[in-house]
Amino acid sequence: MSGPSTYVPKSAIGKWFEQRLPIGGLIHSSFVVFPNPRNLNYFWTFGAILAFMLVAQIATGVALAMHYIPDARFAFNSVENIMRDVNYGWLLRYLHANGATMFFLAVYIHMLRGLYYGSYKAPREVLWILGVIIFLLMMATAFMGYVLPWGQMSFWGATVITNLFSAIPLVGNFITTWLWGGFSVGDPTLNRFFALHYLLPFMIAGVVILHIWALHVPGSNNPAGVEPKTSKDTLPFHPYFTIKDTFAVVCFAIFFAWFVFFVPNYFGHADNYNPANPLVTPQEIVPEWYFLPYYAILRSTPNILFIPAKLAGVLAMFGSIAVFAFLPWLDTSKVRSGSYRPVFRVFFWVFVLCGIGLGYIGSQPVTEGTILAGRILLLGYFAFFLIVLPLLGLLETPLQVPASIADAVLGAHGSTAMLKGASAEPSVKG
Amino acid sequence: MKMRMKAPALRAFAATLVAGALLVGVAGTGARAEGLNSEGYLIPQRQNWSFAGVFGHYDRAQLQRGFKVFHDVCSNCHAASHLTFRELSEPGGPEFTPAQVKALAATYKIQDGPNDSGDMFKRPGKPSDTWPWTFPNDEAAKSALGAVPPDMSLLAKARTVQYGFPYFLAEGLPFFEDEEQGPDYIYALIKEGYTNPPKGFKVPTGLYYNSVIQGSNHLIRMPSPLAMIFDNNGKPNNPKFYTDGTPVTPDQVARDVSAFLMWAAEPKLEERKRMGFNVLVFLGVFASLLYFVKKKIWAGVHDIPPAA
Ligand code: HEC
Ligand code: HEM
Repeated sequence: MSGPSTYVPKSAIGKWFEQRLPIGGLIHSSFVVFPNPRNLNYFWTFGAILAFMLVAQIATGVALAMHYIPDARFAFNSVENIMRDVNYGWLLRYLHANGATMFFLAVYIHMLRGLYYGSYKAPREVLWILGVIIFLLMMATAFMGYVLPWGQMSFWGATVITNLFSAIPLVGNFITTWLWGGFSVGDPTLNRFFALHYLLPFMIAGVVILHIWALHVPGSNNPAGVEPKTSKDTLPFHPYFTIKDTFAVVCFAIFFAWFVFFVPNYFGHADNYNPANPLVTPQEIVPEWYFLPYYAILRSTPNILFIPAKLAGVLAMFGSIAVFAFLPWLDTSKVRSGSYRPVFRVFFWVFVLCGIGLGYIGSQPVTEGTILAGRILLLGYFAFFLIVLPLLGLLETPLQVPASIADAVLGAHGSTAMLKGASAEPSVKG
Repeated sequence: MKMRMKAPALRAFAATLVAGALLVGVAGTGARAEGLNSEGYLIPQRQNWSFAGVFGHYDRAQLQRGFKVFHDVCSNCHAASHLTFRELSEPGGPEFTPAQVKALAATYKIQDGPNDSGDMFKRPGKPSDTWPWTFPNDEAAKSALGAVPPDMSLLAKARTVQYGFPYFLAEGLPFFEDEEQGPDYIYALIKEGYTNPPKGFKVPTGLYYNSVIQGSNHLIRMPSPLAMIFDNNGKPNNPKFYTDGTPVTPDQVARDVSAFLMWAAEPKLEERKRMGFNVLVFLGVFASLLYFVKKKIWAGVHDIPPAA
């Protein structure tokens, strides 16, 4: 993906194959010699971690699907059967359920990394938008996955979320009935959610390939936010980044394993161990933690002009995600990296706090206090994108940006900087 | 000095983590707050359970005693539809002998059929059968008891204690795990919950006052199950209730049945923790090796040679 490959297979079979399908060359140019900025920090390992999580979810998911029954009468029991009687079924299920959480944790870090270092700016807009699409698909996948065990939270979560569509003027109720395949969440809903929950991860995998393709055109951004200019600024992907990514993935796996083996239900909700019961509404209906900020936005939005609160909430919720796709044009600063934008940096952390605050509000029962706090945080969330970012580019005085990545790594003051690296030669700096 | 550009973001991140961990550590100790909360609920206290912690495992004798309580008392009303007889003899549980379990199963009459002539019939239970329920269906239970008793095979995971923010952050950490909150709740409900109602509180007939139950104004349809084993002074109706010599006290009985219900809900806990420990050791060693390989490969890449 980075220009014509210089890859020459060693074996005769390899040469024969390469002439017919140059996949070896593709891999060689993308993951072996691909030049990566040498100053990437560990936040750049989350891409590899996400790829690992996607594969893990698909592997455990396919195995679970062999034992799962998407029928409202049997779904709950089939999951319990997986937990008790399928060999290592408990492991598969706990890996899959906690895997979704880890997947979201990693994607949030990955996205905030992009936000902080301005990775969405030209020439990476398409790459960024593909990322937002992956995020949306992940949310849909996880939401429908959570419905499958058909516990109380599954059922009532599905009811609350699908009901949102009824806020659409005129056709809302029709659309909701159509989504349900009936007049409430029921067997047809469960069946189609299972079909889609099986399908969407493979669509995610497809978009991930586009995402990596789009990445390999300009290459990775980096903490300095300046593009590599010479071969001194980069290191070949292998072995430098293969080893670094592998190390990071294994560290992440340790974190993941802690939850799977020692507190497997920490992120879950106890009520989901009660079978779905359409006649008993739970005391509180709370989504999974990774949806909490959006849930808070949904519930805090007031009537806006002629738009009723329910519809406004739905619009604000989808808007809060869609707005990410417009970041490349909302952020007017010429400087990419937050490391050289002292004022942006402050607002960045304020934004992160708004997100965490919204998450907390989303987990609480609705009171006047939470609605008020939710509204303030909601304003903060949108103000960051719609007011702060456009204005800051014009008003802020950035720090001096390093002339090159090598400068950023070694400091511009080093007189003679010797850079060791496969493709680097000694250089003199002034 | 090295990697100058990483510093600000990483430092902020690290600071957040450290601050978070401290907060959580302090909060974790606070999570055992005593007594009634502001709305008059009795907050279940943390108990010591043998199955807590990284090396946690069930206490066989306790599970066997808990099973007796379940068998003699709770199962008269509650179903346990996911529990099979054979699980009672499997590793990691009460570990009765297969012969004991076979004999136990045979004391139950299980509906089976249809036979060749199309009739349903009753046969003695087999180890592969699931635990039979006293009632033919929910409606029968409801008309007899006023409410459907919740299924016991998952009860310990379907109930929890909510300590709220920020305590819940601590529950994921080593030694503060949340896994024991279900049995904490059940223990408190049956042992501590049946208190006298506050003065002037009228308890409708068929309902009982319980300060642990939430969401129904402290009213529950279940009569105190311990009152079926003990008299008003806490003396056991049958001092030989336990055959292993353990003193029969309300505390002991509540503890044993809660532990049993935890096992019923999570029969693979021992296997899971054992495997988890091995996995963590393996990954830890693997990660350290990778760390040194990474160090080796990157050696010198960011070094500034001594000024010439
Ligand atoms: C006389 C019948 C009966 C017996 C015996 C009985 N229960 Fe119950 N139990 C019930 C009923 C009925 C409910 C439902 C209460 C309600 O919904 O108000 C219930 C509910 C419960 C709950 C759930 C409370 C909640 O949080 O919703 C627990 C826990 C429980 N029982 C534990 C036990 C234990 C442990 C035993 C044995 C020591 C036991 N029960 C014996 C009838 C019984
Ligand atoms: C993007 C990747 C995926 C995510 C984020 C995801 C997420 C989830 C979540 C949150 C649950 C509910 C877990 C629970 O509480 O029990 C779930 C359940 C399930 N998923 Fe997935 N999933 C993914 C991929 C897949 C794939 C590829 C398959 C099948 C081919 C699959 C099959 C299942 C099945 C059968 C269940 C129900 C069993 C259970 O509840 O444990 N998943 N998924």
